[in-house]
Amino acid sequence: MNPELSGILVSFAITLLIGIPLGKYLAKMFAGEKVWTDFMKPIENGIYKLSGISPNQPMDWKQFLKAMMVINSLWLVYGFFVLMYQDKLPLNPDGNPGMTPDLAFNTIISFVANCNLQHYSGETGATYLIQHFIFMFLQFTSAATGIACAVAVFKALRDKTTADVGNFWVYFVKSITRLLLPLSVVVALILTFNGTPASYAGKDKFISLQGDTVNVSRGPAAQFIAIKHLGTNGGGWFGANSAHPLENPNYVTNITEVVAQMIVPMAMILAFGYFIRRKKLGWVIFGVMAVGMFMLMIPTISSELGGNPAIAKMGVSQATGAMEGKEVRIGPMATAYWSTLTTIVSTGSVNGMHDSTMPLTGLWQLLGMMINSFFGGCGVGILNYLIYLIIAVFISGLMVGRTPEFMGHKVEAREVKIAALITLLSPFLILAGTAISSYVFNNYGNANWAVKPSSWLNNPGYHGFSEMLYENTSANANNGSGFEGLGDNNIFWNVITGLEILIGRFLPIIGPVAIAGLLAKKKFVPESAGTLKIDTVTFGIMTFAVIMVLNALSYFPALALGPIAEYFSMLK
Amino acid sequence: MKTLIQSIRLTLVLTVLLCIIYPVVISFAGKFSKGKGSGETIALNGKIVGYANEGQKFDKPQYFWSRPSAVGYNAAGSAGSNKGPSNPDYLKEVNSRIDTLLKYHPYLKRSDIPADMVTASGSGLDPDISPAGAQIQVKRVAQFRKLDEQKVAALVKENTEKPLFGPEKVNVLKLNVALDELK
Repeated sequence: MNPELSGILVSFAITLLIGIPLGKYLAKMFAGEKVWTDFMKPIENGIYKLSGISPNQPMDWKQFLKAMMVINSLWLVYGFFVLMYQDKLPLNPDGNPGMTPDLAFNTIISFVANCNLQHYSGETGATYLIQHFIFMFLQFTSAATGIACAVAVFKALRDKTTADVGNFWVYFVKSITRLLLPLSVVVALILTFNGTPASYAGKDKFISLQGDTVNVSRGPAAQFIAIKHLGTNGGGWFGANSAHPLENPNYVTNITEVVAQMIVPMAMILAFGYFIRRKKLGWVIFGVMAVGMFMLMIPTISSELGGNPAIAKMGVSQATGAMEGKEVRIGPMATAYWSTLTTIVSTGSVNGMHDSTMPLTGLWQLLGMMINSFFGGCGVGILNYLIYLIIAVFISGLMVGRTPEFMGHKVEAREVKIAALITLLSPFLILAGTAISSYVFNNYGNANWAVKPSSWLNNPGYHGFSEMLYENTSANANNGSGFEGLGDNNIFWNVITGLEILIGRFLPIIGPVAIAGLLAKKKFVPESAGTLKIDTVTFGIMTFAVIMVLNALSYFPALALGPIAEYFSMLK
Repeated sequence: MKTLIQSIRLTLVLTVLLCIIYPVVISFAGKFSKGKGSGETIALNGKIVGYANEGQKFDKPQYFWSRPSAVGYNAAGSAGSNKGPSNPDYLKEVNSRIDTLLKYHPYLKRSDIPADMVTASGSGLDPDISPAGAQIQVKRVAQFRKLDEQKVAALVKENTEKPLFGPEKVNVLKLNVALDELK
């Protein structure tokens, strides 16, 4: 078999082999049952004690969300100031400067929100102190925040009637000690022994074979890259992210990183089924998501392998596929595979530049982020999917003329209103953001910002529009990848995407937790012959249709102006 | 207020665990890897001439060339070109790269040229070229160095890595170091 094809098949097989048992483990671990990692208990108890937390205290959904919001707000404020004054703090061997206030605003929101949209460049924009004490710290804690909130929803939906959704601190700490940290150690070691630097040494300098003087950025990157993927964060140590040969030195590390970013989102879906004791529902959701994933992945791979038609006309050989923005050691197929996964699970790390991919590839990347729940980010993927589930339950209920029920509780106006608002939020942020950016680009080309609007775009025409659409979509989806040609380090983009990330992160977390909390307090209605069964293939198809219809209606016009128009313009 | 104090204390405790203990342990383990956790270097005659995994600029006629780079192989500022596939300026640039290649390798047909030799990599630091990208340069390098073409071709073959999974590739720095050692 073609070694590139077998490469991605092996990647996917390893993902399943780890993801499925991990899902069972997570369900047991969060339910407090006996698991083999219980040896971590003394460490966790130590953490609770030092932090003044009583782990056995129950929380209702409001207390739970309050704890989550307080600690996240703390990180926002503290991180903002540290970023601005990073040049005056230690661990800055390369002498990098402090961030401007708008860049610090964008960057700290981006890392707190698990987005990692990076408007700075790793080599010159952040010191080692920032990379570890702010960025890497938040890569752990933002992923743990998402997972903790998902587990609260699991608990609310499992218990028949309860006000208690579980203790935020406990879910949060256990996500780190029982999941993210141990896996990070494993991944970081694999990376280190394959050539990713892990020492604190600063820049190196040497004279190359043909006589050029070369400065080489290095640093303790392996530790960072491990959690960047496991926590679906995606922020790179170096500017070029995982396309950088030190960040992703060979095919083994490429498989490791692409597997690492997929296993937790995948495991969380199955954990949901096992946790609420409806295994079949977990598998139905898993099936819907997998179908969605392949629907985006297969055309992506085919469009990249086909190469660039404009370059084909020049007569050179594109034997392996389109090569602009790609690395030889990884190849177009593994790059296309990665680009689908990184956009559906909201990692946003890249091993090749998305801006240079084919128009239709860009379309599938955008759609993956717009849907944002084919597996989705750590914890938040299942929360996003829950919103679609509620809408599907509601529509099905209307179709048969009954009060919709979900997990033994009546779904009433309040829950449906929350779900509808969250559904409308993404199109509003993405489309309004893109409209404002296009307006500013057209009418205020000479505004005196760090990058003038007239020179924002790296590409003319439809592709330029796609660059703006992609940036807004990536911010709302908390993805963090970009069509990086966009000149985004200026006050306009820093502020607008900062706000989009913030709203696009926290409302879609608060909404589902509130819905689950409200449902759990209601009287339990046992299943009867008239109950809509949600763990069936039919209902899975129904949910899939709801996802597709909602997203097609919301985004088709914008997609038609960008990637679709570019595709047809290249057919000539 | 109580929640805020708990948050501050938890942040401090986790900072010690996640930002000091974890990275220092990995950094220590890295000392036992190739390059001691600071990146694997390659030396010629006892002098460090580069990093095994990072590409460097090769555009002189006596060497095998590396791929085009959007940042001129600046290893302290990696980036791709981010040019879109339909960008007319970009397509012109690719065309002129083809012309340059044909000028220095007059024996080539356009269809001999693999795309990786005329497109910029994602990082701007791609250490590799495709085997076809190396083979088309054999004749030029051999002629310039007044070496036997067979010998240079054999060297390329020796330096072609065929991993179990993933594409075949040639590390340009390793190939050129081997070339310099040939004399």
